[in-house]
Amino acid sequence: MTVNTVYRATQAWGPCVEGTALVALTLFSPRYDLDRYGATFARPGHSCFGESIAERILVCPGVQGGVAGGWAFLMMKARSAGFAALVFADVNPVMVQGAIVAEIPILAGIDRRIFEEIASGMKLLVDPADRSVVVFG
Amino acid sequence: MRAQNAIRLTREEQAIGRGERGLGTKLVFEQQLAVAEFFGADRFVPITHVHLSADYEVMGEGGGAWLERWLEHGLQVSVPTTRGTQCIPRGAGERFCTSPQMASGEQETRARLQRLGVTLLDTGSVFQGPLVPLFGEHIAWGDSGAVTYANGALGARSNVESGPAALAAAITGRTPAYGFHLDASRAPTLNVHVTAELQDVADWGALGAVVGRRASGYFSVPFFEIDEGAPSSDDMKHLAAALASYGSIAMFHIAGVTPEAERYREIALSIEQSEIIEADLVGFLEATAPAERAVELVVLGPPELSLREMEAVARLFAGRRVNEEVTVFANTSLVQHAAAHATGTLLTLRDAGVLVLAGTNWYNSEIAASREHFAWRRLLTNSAKLANAVHVLGYEPVLAPTHVCVEAAVSGRLP
Repeated sequence: MTVNTVYRATQAWGPCVEGTALVALTLFSPRYDLDRYGATFARPGHSCFGESIAERILVCPGVQGGVAGGWAFLMMKARSAGFAALVFADVNPVMVQGAIVAEIPILAGIDRRIFEEIASGMKLLVDPADRSVVVFG
Repeated sequence: MRAQNAIRLTREEQAIGRGERGLGTKLVFEQQLAVAEFFGADRFVPITHVHLSADYEVMGEGGGAWLERWLEHGLQVSVPTTRGTQCIPRGAGERFCTSPQMASGEQETRARLQRLGVTLLDTGSVFQGPLVPLFGEHIAWGDSGAVTYANGALGARSNVESGPAALAAAITGRTPAYGFHLDASRAPTLNVHVTAELQDVADWGALGAVVGRRASGYFSVPFFEIDEGAPSSDDMKHLAAALASYGSIAMFHIAGVTPEAERYREIALSIEQSEIIEADLVGFLEATAPAERAVELVVLGPPELSLREMEAVARLFAGRRVNEEVTVFANTSLVQHAAAHATGTLLTLRDAGVLVLAGTNWYNSEIAASREHFAWRRLLTNSAKLANAVHVLGYEPVLAPTHVCVEAAVSGRLP
């Protein structure tokens, strides 16, 4: 991977945001994975266990579970503990609807090479207007 | 109002966009337009019924403030709208830890939703009564397993709508036409040949879990060819819940059973095939089996038990009682609870020591606090969906058929 790599997405909404990546390689569900009050990953055995989600950019292959995300993003944002942005390969309506209501930028259909080439902690620029994620080397 | 991208708006929708039905409706519609644009919808579709998930446990203060803003705009639902389960128990309170904040927050949530015109049905499995959609009926539902059931088992048409999106649809009377409102999305993408025996709702849930993991993705549509027997409504209910839970799958077909299966049989025969054998389901259940056999907590459902399921559980107890070291919850809806009361089944279950929850799914309550207070850890259930949801709250779920759950409830030990 070279410095300032760009990954393309097929769907996007929201404003441009910079932040720190939080890479989760298993299907994501706010209800199944998060302590929604403490805003951390809390599912035992999860690769992000214990990590705070506050102002992090989630990068994840896909989603599972139900409709909790529609309210959960709003709930966590109200506690000043929400994600900065969401970047998925596969997504469902609940994630998109929840992101829009909570005003969290969201991308879907991201180039799956991103999951092999980046790690949590890297600096990202999520640009929905360009449907891209820039990874700063 | 100029349509965003290629979205064709009716005159009424254009009027909404101009604010002619009020600023609040305009703002709600703009959120719907954003979703429509994201998923490439070129129009909206009128809907006949909305069913949403909106309880304080998942909404918190942020959700409450959001509702309050819509109320300040004077918004009201414009189509029949019902709500799913609440997060505080009716009855069985002595085995719950409900904080004052949760209790008051849920009461405030109920009041706000009622002011919006929402009927508090407190039911997740609304497709088993009292509101069953028709084949082809466009609805906007927001309980994931319920949507999968409505689409697959009934041939109704809905996407999985989050609480805010479902409420938006209730206010405007329409939802973006993408996903499972469209024929193109309902065609199968995976053919699943099932040779395994499916004897209990836990088996059907395990099937949904295995396929959900293999074929995860909202637009994934499995087409099941099942060698042994046809499913009941309750079986499909558990299949649907697990497909949604493990794979975010919102549509399925079962050859010879579901209403659109024959329409798509040729497509199903031409696509990628997968096989589910006995070992797949046995392996899934056994992966949850604990080394220690003592049982302290048994939870039946979700999805909510139907009258038929409650009758079956009552027969399994056969006059015996729950072991004094064990707590057993059975989740059901208000409607099914009323039926169980009228038929005497409820009394039989209570005499057996089962705590029947009506209108509250146990796992929507403060079960992390309950775990700490009652020192629960191992949770025995016949629900694959529940088994997926409780790890994060410190429980160790064990998935087993209903009769095993009942035997363990009586003896206090897994066989």
